[in-house]
Amino acid sequence: MSDKSAKAPQKPAKPGRSAKAAKKDQPGTGAGTATAPARPGRLAVFKTYKLYVGGKFPRSESGRVYEVTDSEDQWLANAPRASRKDARDAVVAARKAFGGWAGKTAYNRGQILYRVAEMLEGRREQFTEEVAAAEGLSRAAAAEVVDAAVDRWVWYAGWTDKVAQIVGGGNPVAGPFFNLSSPEPTGVVTVLAPQESSLLGLVSVLAPVIATGNTAVLVASEKAPLPALSLAEVLATSDLPGGVVNILSGRTEELAGPLAAHQDVNALDLTGAEDPQLAKALEVAAADNLKRVLRPGTDGDWHADPGTHRLTAFLETKTVWHPTGSLGASGSAY
Amino acid sequence: MNTPLSSSAFEYAPAPESRSLVDIAPSYGLFIDGEFTEAADGKVFKTVSPSSEEVLSEVSRAGAADVDRAVAAARRAFASWSALPGAERAKYLFRIARIIQERSRELAVLESLDNGKPIKETRDTDLPLVAAHFFYYAGWADKLEHAGFGAAPRPLGVAGQVIPWNFPLLMLAWKIAPALATGNTVVLKPAETTPLSALFFADICRQAGLPRGVVNILTGYGDTGGALVAHEDVNKVAFTGSTAVGKQIARTVAGTDKKLTLELGGKGANIVFDDAPLDQAVEGIVTGIFFNQGQVCCAGSRLLVQESVEEELLDALKSRLSTLRLGDPLDKNTDIGAINSAEQLARITSLADRGEAEGAERWTADCPLPSAGYWFAPTLFTKVTQAHTVARDEIFGPVLSVLTFRTPEEAVAKANNSAYGLSAGIWTEKGSRILAVAERLRAGVIWANTFNKFDPTSPFGGYKESGYGREGGRHGLEAYLDV
Repeated sequence: MSDKSAKAPQKPAKPGRSAKAAKKDQPGTGAGTATAPARPGRLAVFKTYKLYVGGKFPRSESGRVYEVTDSEDQWLANAPRASRKDARDAVVAARKAFGGWAGKTAYNRGQILYRVAEMLEGRREQFTEEVAAAEGLSRAAAAEVVDAAVDRWVWYAGWTDKVAQIVGGGNPVAGPFFNLSSPEPTGVVTVLAPQESSLLGLVSVLAPVIATGNTAVLVASEKAPLPALSLAEVLATSDLPGGVVNILSGRTEELAGPLAAHQDVNALDLTGAEDPQLAKALEVAAADNLKRVLRPGTDGDWHADPGTHRLTAFLETKTVWHPTGSLGASGSAY
Repeated sequence: MNTPLSSSAFEYAPAPESRSLVDIAPSYGLFIDGEFTEAADGKVFKTVSPSSEEVLSEVSRAGAADVDRAVAAARRAFASWSALPGAERAKYLFRIARIIQERSRELAVLESLDNGKPIKETRDTDLPLVAAHFFYYAGWADKLEHAGFGAAPRPLGVAGQVIPWNFPLLMLAWKIAPALATGNTVVLKPAETTPLSALFFADICRQAGLPRGVVNILTGYGDTGGALVAHEDVNKVAFTGSTAVGKQIARTVAGTDKKLTLELGGKGANIVFDDAPLDQAVEGIVTGIFFNQGQVCCAGSRLLVQESVEEELLDALKSRLSTLRLGDPLDKNTDIGAINSAEQLARITSLADRGEAEGAERWTADCPLPSAGYWFAPTLFTKVTQAHTVARDEIFGPVLSVLTFRTPEEAVAKANNSAYGLSAGIWTEKGSRILAVAERLRAGVIWANTFNKFDPTSPFGGYKESGYGREGGRHGLEAYLDV
């Protein structure tokens, strides 16, 4: 557990929740709960990690969990191993939320994304512990990742009411017509979060999807899902309507297949599909209803300037025409 | 020759455009690396005029070996073409635009002959838009750093482009102009029923002095297109055509680095509210579904009319349809030309029959059809429900399905109840209603109090299963840049 540096090493071993934890002499502080060293003699309260679907925190309908370990293979927690039924429920929730979220003003969406940053900032300590454990980083390095993740929410919060002016606008058609192109969200987007970057990468792929008014079904990093599942708690307290973001943990391949083939999903971000054969199979499945597909491998360093390509990847362009009419032949319009 | 649909219409004397404006050779080869050449295996096919079934010419049928040759030529040309200063590329495209304008009457006659569409449309719509498209993208070639795609956006390489038969030269322009402006080279396959205007375009490239290999034209069937999009040295695939083929292409390019844009089918809703100017709406409905014999991906093929004006609108519409003049595409008075092929006519016929079999009420303009060629009289279906095939499937012919609604909410729900999302129309005098409905329609192009307008500056493309990517405008550059 990440809190090993903070804990008195001479503390007596207590019965852990797994053999691995006991072996490592890291009695159960529970992942994500250890913002302060436990008092000797006090048994920490573990957190039950759950899915985030439709604004609620259900267990997997399958009743399955899987062990999540840190970079040294030490047990951290059991995460829900979501099923294809959970994935379908998440799509239903995301579809239900789409109209309301897309229909909010861009200013409102921006404030809500900024609120996410505020809530995440308040939990810096918790996420630092989780990221350090998930990615095998030092506390300092993990803290830097969390700060960058907070700042990324702020970056995208500011984009919500600007992207339309960057990618849309009037078109000077050769005729008496008003003609305006505007970006619109494409709908329900399935996001396979990056496998290696459990928080910054996750935020970097999720925030742009919802900034523009899409709703998301996100499959967390398979081996490091805990920061994603904890992020759900941040989202749930950020005025984000239920269903706008739905977070699943489990086997990426098991969840991605049904989601790529789902006929009510409009787009697919393959960032977390590391195996080229899997990515290809998912892209083939996505063709059945012509999902917009963002292929893996377009991002390198998650700390780098994200640019706008993730904002525009899941946008449609709508162009509206209307005759301009005439003031009559007799007079000048000026 | 020209047959008015109703005896009460004015009798027009025939006013045919001169066929002698175009000189069609008895045979054409493939245009590869700046030369016309036969297919490696010597295969050919015939292209016929759909209004007379007369054979117009015999063209080469490209096979896999020819695709290899053309892609290799485009690859060789790419290095120098992409390295050319944008201002020089621009001048080639301006030259092409100007030559198209000079030769536009010849090309309009050619297109009418090979496609079957009225000369009125090729002359006044297709050709002006073709020239404008090249002129528009010519101007982008040396301004790409200002287009919002980064400081020095790079081309992708070789573009493999497959286009349909409904607007042969216009679709060629939509594909080739942005590709060349951004520094790509192209291999383009026109549809098998309309290969001629692309081959004439090859001659225009020659006249413009375009470097060899920058544009290659491969005539052939679906297998040629399939080989082209699957070719491993193609960097970009652009397709306009059916949704079924579009899905197949998306599967083909899956797992590769090829960039893909698809402009596919549609089942556009044309929504008429009770306060609409009905006479204008009638003209808009006619333009929406009978322009180009309805063989338009963005056709307004579903009429959604508010219940209270249904009867009045349909009476006016039927009366207007009875004055449409169906016949010789080269006659300047012709409103409705020939269906492009026997195959397409069979498809339209079969879907219309299905509409009747499923219980929709069929009305067809009373109109004698010429004895030779492929013809289908303007037809509309009433008593259509959303479950009917004629309300769901793209017919791609002069067949209108009429549905009704009571409230704007119902209109939007019905309009969006489609796997497609390419176009929609709104007819109402109320500005706020136009904006509210336009915002909620899930379609890429919305025409309010007008229909089927196109412009090179205006992005075109669909939502959902109508495809992805946009053609036209600044947006259209993105498909051909490494961004």
